[in-house]
Amino acid sequence: MLDIEIDGKALQVAEGSTIIEAAHQLGTYIPHFCYHKKLSIAANCRMCLVQVEKAPKPMPACATPVTNGMKVQTHSGQAVAAQKGGMEFLLINHPLDCPICDQGGECLLQDLAVGYGASASRYQEEKRVVMNKNLGPLVATDMTRCINCTRCVRFTQEIAGLMELGQAFRGEHAEIMSFIGQTVDSELSGNIIDLCPVGALTSKPFRFSARTWELARRKSVSPHDGLGANLIVQVKHDRVMRVLPLDNEAINECWLSDKDRFSYEGLNSPERLTRPMLKHGGQWHEVDWQQALDYVAHAFKDVAKNHGGAALGALLSPHATLEELYLAQKLMRGISGVAANVDFRLRQSDFSQDGKRADGPASAPWLGMKISEIDDLDRVLVVGSFLRKDQPLIAQRLRQAAKRGAQVSLLHAADDDQLIKIHAKAIVPPSQLPRLLAQVLKCAAEAKGVAVDAAIGALTVSAEARAIAASLLSGAGSKAAVFLGNLAQQHPRAATLQALARQLASLTGARVGFLGVAANSVGGYVADALPGPDGLNAAAMLAAPRRAYLLLNAEPELDCADPQQAMAALKQAETVVVLSPFKPAGALDYADVLLPVSPFTETSGSFVNTEGRVQSFNAVVQPLGETRPAWKVLRVLGNLLGLQGFEQDSSEAVRAEIFAGAAPEFVADRLDEGASGAALDLSIDAGPLERVADVPIYAADALVRRAPSLQRARDAAAPSARMNSTQLQKLGIAAGRQVRVKQGAGSAVLVAELDERLPEGVVRIAAAHPSVAGLSAPSGAITVEAL
Amino acid sequence: MSAQTILTAGIEPATADATWHLDDYVGRGGYAALKKVLAEKMTPEAVINEVKKSSLRGRGGAGFPSGLKWSFMPKAYAGTKYLCCNSDEGEPGTFKDRDLLRYNPHQVIEGMAIAAYAMGTAVGYNYIHGEVWDLYARFERALDEARAAGLIGQNILGSGFNFELYAHHGYGAYICGEETALLESIEGKKGQPRYKPPFPASYGLYGKPTTINNTETFAAVPWIIMNGGEKYLELGKPNNGGTKLFSVSGHVVRPGVYEVPMGLPFPELLKMCGGMRGGRKLKACIPGGSSAPVLPAEIMMECTMDYDAIAKAGSMLGSGAVIVMDESVCMVRALERLSYFYFEESCGQCTPCREGTGWLYRVVHRIEHGLGRAEDLDLLNGVTDNIMGRTICALGDAASLPVRSFIKHFRSEFEYHIDNKKCLVPPEVQREGSKIHVRPSQC
Repeated sequence: MLDIEIDGKALQVAEGSTIIEAAHQLGTYIPHFCYHKKLSIAANCRMCLVQVEKAPKPMPACATPVTNGMKVQTHSGQAVAAQKGGMEFLLINHPLDCPICDQGGECLLQDLAVGYGASASRYQEEKRVVMNKNLGPLVATDMTRCINCTRCVRFTQEIAGLMELGQAFRGEHAEIMSFIGQTVDSELSGNIIDLCPVGALTSKPFRFSARTWELARRKSVSPHDGLGANLIVQVKHDRVMRVLPLDNEAINECWLSDKDRFSYEGLNSPERLTRPMLKHGGQWHEVDWQQALDYVAHAFKDVAKNHGGAALGALLSPHATLEELYLAQKLMRGISGVAANVDFRLRQSDFSQDGKRADGPASAPWLGMKISEIDDLDRVLVVGSFLRKDQPLIAQRLRQAAKRGAQVSLLHAADDDQLIKIHAKAIVPPSQLPRLLAQVLKCAAEAKGVAVDAAIGALTVSAEARAIAASLLSGAGSKAAVFLGNLAQQHPRAATLQALARQLASLTGARVGFLGVAANSVGGYVADALPGPDGLNAAAMLAAPRRAYLLLNAEPELDCADPQQAMAALKQAETVVVLSPFKPAGALDYADVLLPVSPFTETSGSFVNTEGRVQSFNAVVQPLGETRPAWKVLRVLGNLLGLQGFEQDSSEAVRAEIFAGAAPEFVADRLDEGASGAALDLSIDAGPLERVADVPIYAADALVRRAPSLQRARDAAAPSARMNSTQLQKLGIAAGRQVRVKQGAGSAVLVAELDERLPEGVVRIAAAHPSVAGLSAPSGAITVEAL
Repeated sequence: MSAQTILTAGIEPATADATWHLDDYVGRGGYAALKKVLAEKMTPEAVINEVKKSSLRGRGGAGFPSGLKWSFMPKAYAGTKYLCCNSDEGEPGTFKDRDLLRYNPHQVIEGMAIAAYAMGTAVGYNYIHGEVWDLYARFERALDEARAAGLIGQNILGSGFNFELYAHHGYGAYICGEETALLESIEGKKGQPRYKPPFPASYGLYGKPTTINNTETFAAVPWIIMNGGEKYLELGKPNNGGTKLFSVSGHVVRPGVYEVPMGLPFPELLKMCGGMRGGRKLKACIPGGSSAPVLPAEIMMECTMDYDAIAKAGSMLGSGAVIVMDESVCMVRALERLSYFYFEESCGQCTPCREGTGWLYRVVHRIEHGLGRAEDLDLLNGVTDNIMGRTICALGDAASLPVRSFIKHFRSEFEYHIDNKKCLVPPEVQREGSKIHVRPSQC
């Protein structure tokens, strides 16, 4: 520790701290623009100049390390003169167009100009004008306002992992721009809007729609991926106008993924359902709630009475709140008892571990550690994950860990650039993932002198597997993890992958974790939104169609593993009740009742994120039209069905019931790190060509699918049939040609595209898009023929 | 010239362009110093000590004691250390390294090899100004010769000492002559200075310990090794050892590069250049390149050409670029040109320089064009107050010092411009003096 003095106040700071960090510790504010706690130090704005005893010149507080006995004056004559001088320079070429600038009221330059700027400018010459740039559908530019602090440049390079912005030209001609003709396509791009201290980079969707001081700031939690990013939702006239990050070092730090930030546009979608609707004689009619709920109660009672409770099925979205999931399963259990068919794991295909999970029947697969512990990992193996698009901010943490020296290895079916320094990787068709992981395990077992299963012992170990194993074994005493990504969790042999991961982890001292797919991927287990002992899981209740279905926030044609099968099951059902904030095109066809329920901004509730953290939130706006929170709808349905235990009068009461009166911060006791005793299945059963499907980042849930700006982003492109050049050649198909892909009874017409990041024997066709709803499973044999 | 020369010794102007090859250099006694160091197995400390004793100071402009700089390199460092030669000579008025590389490249190579030996660096780069491509090409050929003769590369002269030296050319940005911008440029990045500390000796090229010296500095090293540091010091003045190349430009009869001992009185240098052109009177002189403050004739004529004397007179010896101006020069116009240079060459990284250099240029431009205002001179001084000492590198100061010194010494000329919307020096006199066209509207 070093003893220093700032403005006469003595304090102790850690060695290596800078003056600005030391001042922060003391609560002393030093004006700055380019400095940001999460970015490298640029020291270019020269606003944080302070007086340091014995230094002949003022020193930049952001870049000057403290030394023992240092005496700093932040407000002395020399310091203030330097700060005011800096401010004058920043303003001479700035347009001072605050009245028409979106940053007005939340502008660092505006704020600091009040303290350090002169009331009139000495600069009487012509001002600089800088042409605007097209950075894509999310970030608007007014580059004349730019003060060249390069925060945005450093962000793209250091945090997002790819330098999509840079400072071109010299001197006064310097401009921040993207590569010529390119947009900024990072899934984290929106953060540059927050980072920009002036109005040069602003939000395109929010542009000119409100002033910051007109907006209420309300806390919330992101309903998208398993991270549970903390949000500030800004509201005006009961309408969500904008979403900003709420700093939480333990979860999202000060960042948001673009999905978390811009999906709010979907809340105001014209597809919002605002009144209950009933289908009568093939026609949809708006009805009141009483009528709609009576109809549902009668229909469910009828089916249960005539065909038994097992004739009903409920498909719940993992993006629904904990309370909604809990009441939905309670409702189904109330009607059907042990035969309740209820599930929220819509994309899962391997349910062989149900009822056999290592840590109890309803224990949840979780990250295996706190999110913040990712930062300290030294050895990481990620299995089956479109990491950067599936969990953008977890990928960001791994990126920083890799920069620090952690070895991150990847075992996956597509070599997408994760913008992380990958130590070793093996890219194989999905059906071979279990074998590859088994090879890694065999290698590790050999090194440790441990016997393995005969099936594993018989495998030949590839060089890639050997390199991955060597990496995991090399860090003696280090912190290691094996993470199973979305593809691994949704793999047809997910249980094998989990069992292998668990064995590998125990050999190498690593921890096993699941990268949470959705906001309530853990919460669904906590709510016990799982089939009863004699009930059917999500796949089974579609494979063996039910007479009646209840859908909560789910759009099976896009959200289920096998959309073709799902649509067939729903179309044959007598009654399909849809609880959704939206009027999905598909539901208009197969549903009989549409009940408008609140999206996450219009209800209170909780998400349990991938680290098992329970995050509750309140509604930030009133429900739109006749919309009602789903927990209320389910609670009243319970009453109408004459079920016991539906007396809760708040979501908090539901939550209290789930946790038996406690209000835990973490659900540690219900977490689980995957199957251990599963029978290993290392066979390769796919044909000569198999499908690999990602769920594109902006197609992953009902809300984001309706956010127009995100849908214009590059990541929202419609699916194509992607293959590597060898595969294309083998099939005699030229890239750019139309092809027919067939999977089981389904087919789709797509454009063939060259993608050298794929292994041979694989065609990559994204899921969750209407154009591929005719296909079945996201994996397995598939044929491609030229049209 | 009877005085001892060490950088240009044995090179005759008439044949200079043909005598740069290895054989010629060896014929002049070249590479003897390197051979001596290796054959006698001099310790690195001994080499550094000789350089310290010589009082050799950085010839690039800052005049930092070279031996001291070399001693900053961490000795026990296990990884790669780098040596860089700064041949990015871009300052207006400076052209000495150009001639050194053109006529005597092997002396630079030898100096670098000895420096590498002293600091334990196995890899070196010579960063050559991009606008003199032929020098880069010639240096590559000189490297080939030296490599073929086993004077650089692996196991030099069988001694076990390795030193790989590469030529690297810039693209003409002045700022890349700033040592950390030069490092960025070698790394393939935009040439922008780094904030110091950390200094290159601890965090330099690719983050490794690095020493950067000027071309002329390296070229002086072989002589120091052969003749001893004291001898070198004796050539010049105390604390200002050796000889120095001066690139003399402007209104002298024979502009060019002159090697003279440190401490030579300025009038002597002027005499070597054949005196003032056309017999006109000396008006002002910038003694150390365009970023050095200008000195009026009466002060300049009293100066000796060494770091300390010029500093005492209120300017800097800098890179030894002597810009001589006679009485036909309009000082406002001269300053306008200098300010334009710094406005164009500011890298744009830090605020005071990016914004301030343009401001300075525009105001001087206005004054020159008859649009000056009474408050402009105070404004210019005020703007330089806000630039100087507040920037990442020295370019901010370099842009400010000419403005301040021109106003300080020639204030009346600026005031005349502002009051009368025209120049104190009549256009025909300017035309006569500069031999270039001056639009009547300008002055």
